[in-house]
Amino acid sequence: MPEPLVKVVDLKKWFPVRMGFLASLFKKQQLWVRAVDGVSFDIYRGEVLCLVGESGCGKTTTGRTILRLIEPTDGKVFFEGRNIFELSKEELRPLRRKMQMIFQDPYESLNPRQTVFDIVAEPLRIHGLAEGEELRERVIKALEEAELRPPEAFLDRYPHELSGGQRQRVGIARALVLGPEFIVADEPVSMIDVSLRAGILNLMLDLKERLGLTYLFITHDIAQARYVGDRMAVMYLGKIVELGPIEEVIKEPLHPYTKALLSNVPVPDPDARRERIYLKGEVPTPISPPPGCRFHPRCPWAKPICREEEPEFLEVRKGHSVACHLVA
Amino acid sequence: MPLLEVEGLRTYYFTRAGPVRAVDNVSFYVEKGEVFGLAGESGCGKTTAGLSILRLLPPYGRIVGGRIVFDGRDILKVRESEFRRKYRWKRISMVFQGAMNALNPVFRVGDQIAEAIMLHEKVTKEEAMRRVKELFEKVGIEPSRVNNYPHEFSGGMRQRAMIALALACNPELVIADEPTTALDVIIQGQILDLLKKLKDEYDLSVILITHDLSVIAEMCERVGIMYAGKLVECADVRSIFKEPLHPYTQGLISAIPSLTGPKTRLRSIPGAPPDLLNPPSGCRFHPRCPLATERCRREEPEYVEIRKGHWVACHMAT
Repeated sequence: MPEPLVKVVDLKKWFPVRMGFLASLFKKQQLWVRAVDGVSFDIYRGEVLCLVGESGCGKTTTGRTILRLIEPTDGKVFFEGRNIFELSKEELRPLRRKMQMIFQDPYESLNPRQTVFDIVAEPLRIHGLAEGEELRERVIKALEEAELRPPEAFLDRYPHELSGGQRQRVGIARALVLGPEFIVADEPVSMIDVSLRAGILNLMLDLKERLGLTYLFITHDIAQARYVGDRMAVMYLGKIVELGPIEEVIKEPLHPYTKALLSNVPVPDPDARRERIYLKGEVPTPISPPPGCRFHPRCPWAKPICREEEPEFLEVRKGHSVACHLVA
Repeated sequence: MPLLEVEGLRTYYFTRAGPVRAVDNVSFYVEKGEVFGLAGESGCGKTTAGLSILRLLPPYGRIVGGRIVFDGRDILKVRESEFRRKYRWKRISMVFQGAMNALNPVFRVGDQIAEAIMLHEKVTKEEAMRRVKELFEKVGIEPSRVNNYPHEFSGGMRQRAMIALALACNPELVIADEPTTALDVIIQGQILDLLKKLKDEYDLSVILITHDLSVIAEMCERVGIMYAGKLVECADVRSIFKEPLHPYTQGLISAIPSLTGPKTRLRSIPGAPPDLLNPPSGCRFHPRCPLATERCRREEPEYVEIRKGHWVACHMAT
């Protein structure tokens, strides 16, 4: 196995629950939202690792913490062998060029008062990498790579003049302009019209091949994950419950939650008839996750041990790991 | 005779920049007890078509042409007072898009549904509340929770409550506008199953408006595909997925990934949906169509029945 490009070890991110004035006076115990509660995985150079799960499972927080856009509570993230959580802001800066993010909402993540040129040039200016004619050239090259053609025609336009698909391409150009190696893409097409989504996904796959990129692709849409991904990690309530090669996980899911999730994904084929696995209740709050296996209150196959003991995350087949007492 | 027939419906929004032809000469029908899907991308006019049937357009929107025949009567000719009393919510109701946030946060959920019942039927508060509890049972909410406020409900429960609200007066037709779009996949599965169950139980007709073709494939008997204010194709669900005739339908279907089947490269449709203030000439899809000819630029294609029950508006398909 080659050395991973990114190695995540027992990453935790807890957010404090804001308390009212009275509660703080009476010194009620501080509560925490355990958004990410101990996840470990590797991302290998040149692969697309998909992180899937329902809203609130911690997938976005995981992505942002890995880039240190938010500070972690605990754990380590190694990028090219260095723990980025131990680096100072100055030491981190050269690494930031190599790790970029594509955001979910191209309507919210582009400054409406900036031109496309300024949006894409900003990272170069911040890092002091280019100015004048060179700056312009690098911006044009990034727009070209994002397939905004002809790039010159986009330089002076504002986000509101562009379609959703074009906006997201500007977001991609902004991520590419620093020449990154690793990109976290957080639901990059969920806000985009159906007819334009495939174009963005194909662009990302082509860029990966051409520029040798590595992606962490965060999505709630497993069909989309299957299209772009090599491996898939399934998150539930702040933990990874299953991780493996994407086709294998989809065809032979091991964790009951993965099975339930897959059985509920609608398929664009009127002849497909599948049995949905019905889960009782809804996802509990990450403020006080259930003891033992976090999924046990909703699991159709839960046993007494599931209530008491947290299952270990074990490799049960080559490259396919799962955290479940029933499997291991 | 179908329960609902929409013929040549035109609904425009009158803006300062000019009329936006959101629904432009759209015709379809819905049989009793069937789920009819209305699919298309944002801004194609599918929600406006739904709102037109219930006559719930915003003040700047107006139905400028066409007929909407419900149970044999053109309901566009019915006076507003009668429409409100006899049709809206009584016989035709709607589950609104983003309905999860449509409940009033300062009133109890049960009271809000009871109010709808009491507005339409002469019943006491007690009787109305008894029916709300029945409805809760039907849609899978613990009846004791009628006294809860909306914030005490999860997203999935709020959507169930909105479905209960739509069913409150035993309607014959329910228009469900993106009923599962904001929900997670497991809750979406439960809501879709619930809609199917209720449809069978009450012999309901449903118009399911969604951008998600996978949901259409699972739920609908027949489907209409809308593009830029026009219905471009309409057929039974198998024909739409297995033998789509309109290049836009073909494009949409080859643009969505699937969990099953071989993994092939998806095709995207070039360009972007047009601005309906100035829609393209001729066929509105021609600037994005791989098959477009000079004729498509000049002449608007007619909407014709090519095979029994399969309509399409495309010069290349006819």
